Amino acid sequence: MEKTLKKYFPLFLLPTLLAFLIAFLIPFGMGIYLSFTQFTTVTDAQWVGLDNYRRAFTANQDFRNALWFTVKFTIVSVVTVNLFAFLLALFLTQGVRATNLFRTVFFMPNLIGGIVLGYLWQLIINGVLRYWGVDITFSANYGFWGLVVLMNWQMTGYMMIIYIAGLQNIPHALTEAAAIDGASYFQILRHIILPMVMPATTICTFLTLTNSFKLFDQNLALTAGAPGKESAMLALDIYNTFYGRIGYEGVGQAKAVIFFLILALIAFVQLSLTRSKEVSQ
Amino acid sequence: MKSMKLHREIQFWLLVFLALAFLAPIGIVLYNSFKGQFYITDNPFAFPSKETFAGLRNYISGIEKTDFFRAFGYSLFITVGSVAAIVLLCSMTAWYLVRVQNIFTKALYYLFVFSMIVPFQMVMFTMSKIVNLLRLDHPLGLTVVYLGFGAGLSVFMFSGFVRGIPLEIEEAAMIDGSGPVQTFFQIVFPILRPTAITVAILNAMWIWNDYLLPYLTIGSKYRTIPVAIQYLQGGYGSRDMGALMAMLILSIIPIVIFYLSAQKYIISGVVAGAVKG
Repeated sequence: MEKTLKKYFPLFLLPTLLAFLIAFLIPFGMGIYLSFTQFTTVTDAQWVGLDNYRRAFTANQDFRNALWFTVKFTIVSVVTVNLFAFLLALFLTQGVRATNLFRTVFFMPNLIGGIVLGYLWQLIINGVLRYWGVDITFSANYGFWGLVVLMNWQMTGYMMIIYIAGLQNIPHALTEAAAIDGASYFQILRHIILPMVMPATTICTFLTLTNSFKLFDQNLALTAGAPGKESAMLALDIYNTFYGRIGYEGVGQAKAVIFFLILALIAFVQLSLTRSKEVSQ
Repeated sequence: MKSMKLHREIQFWLLVFLALAFLAPIGIVLYNSFKGQFYITDNPFAFPSKETFAGLRNYISGIEKTDFFRAFGYSLFITVGSVAAIVLLCSMTAWYLVRVQNIFTKALYYLFVFSMIVPFQMVMFTMSKIVNLLRLDHPLGLTVVYLGFGAGLSVFMFSGFVRGIPLEIEEAAMIDGSGPVQTFFQIVFPILRPTAITVAILNAMWIWNDYLLPYLTIGSKYRTIPVAIQYLQGGYGSRDMGALMAMLILSIIPIVIFYLSAQKYIISGVVAGAVKG
């Protein structure tokens, strides 16, 4: 069969492969190369070695600020989203009335796009801040906590669904046996539920981590970096470097490569860390 | 036993409160969309009154300013076209990659997996240049781009599922004289249906809401809904808050309808997608 199928390469593989080359592989390879060059269009590239990487950090403070802002934001949202999602999942797996309706409501914000979410929360947050006579562009702190609230509203329901699936996989016999042996609820939670739900935690941490780190649309719509560029995250800073002023395209591409490397590194470290804590049934 | 019941009751009402708090932001935008544009920023939490009520004025001006129905058409065309291409072509690709084992297919499979971790900013500049160069800068062309960009996750998910299909079924069909095309469409693809639904939903959610890719490639000529909303906001000094509120609501409505009608598939698709991814 393999031999016959092989001849069908043009039909089965070629269309996807061509699209993959155009949309990903060639741009990726060019992106790596261009990060070592000075260019304004793709054709006028001049080799400059590691200069763009140096300038990414030293030309101004924007990239360092954005990196620090992104790291803080990622840590806070990963912790809060996962905590709320897990608590909601615990609540919704105890046979409360109308469980499905609650699930439907909590999950819904996840389907709304980042731009719409950003403007929606801008209205609410500015409405609240008005009582103090300011708005979200007044301080990067407001932008930071605004983004955290937005992220929690968007992602909690999604992660809750995954935690619910994880909790439903725990055999009843296990928790019941522990209860009969006199274990308290918190002992059961600590020694049975938490270890057993670890695969879901791995996935949820991975998804919240990468999504928070890569956040762009919400950042653009909610604050667009204001005040100044203080609330700009990495993705937005890279965008501004590329399209904000001419002559910085190489620096933008170098920043993008760094962005990609950090993301790949933290994803890899996180997966191996939480995977090692998973127990098999 | 009684305390258990009370416990449940407290939990239930806590959840009701949380659910209402979750829905409140959408509710607030909804009633603000019926207020005159200058009354919105003043006090977004006040309900429309006789004085501030604007009827459908915001909707009319918003639809005019964003050319909403055209944007809706572009978004729909790009999403449906891309998702159809992704589901069909990526499942074929995954089958080929799993069943034909050599260095080339193995390397290609890992490249697809690798592409999942690469953020869009890494390729956005070079990719939009190539799209312009190849004249793919129109809605139909974008389906090709989305196929290429969505291929990583989709091929990965289909491959995982194809590996679970016993080879004997396909071999029996081939011995009975059906070629690869027939075998794929009559035997393999029907088995892949649950994965196909998951892949379709995950990609539809992403493509429908995607902003930066269509903005950079076709944004000047063809505005999808997110791009149109962003244009409404930026640029000409004072922004029309009324039109913005109305457009937020108009863009949420199709999502809610889609969600409520396909909820079962969406939630199980998201779980399946997460477990695989």
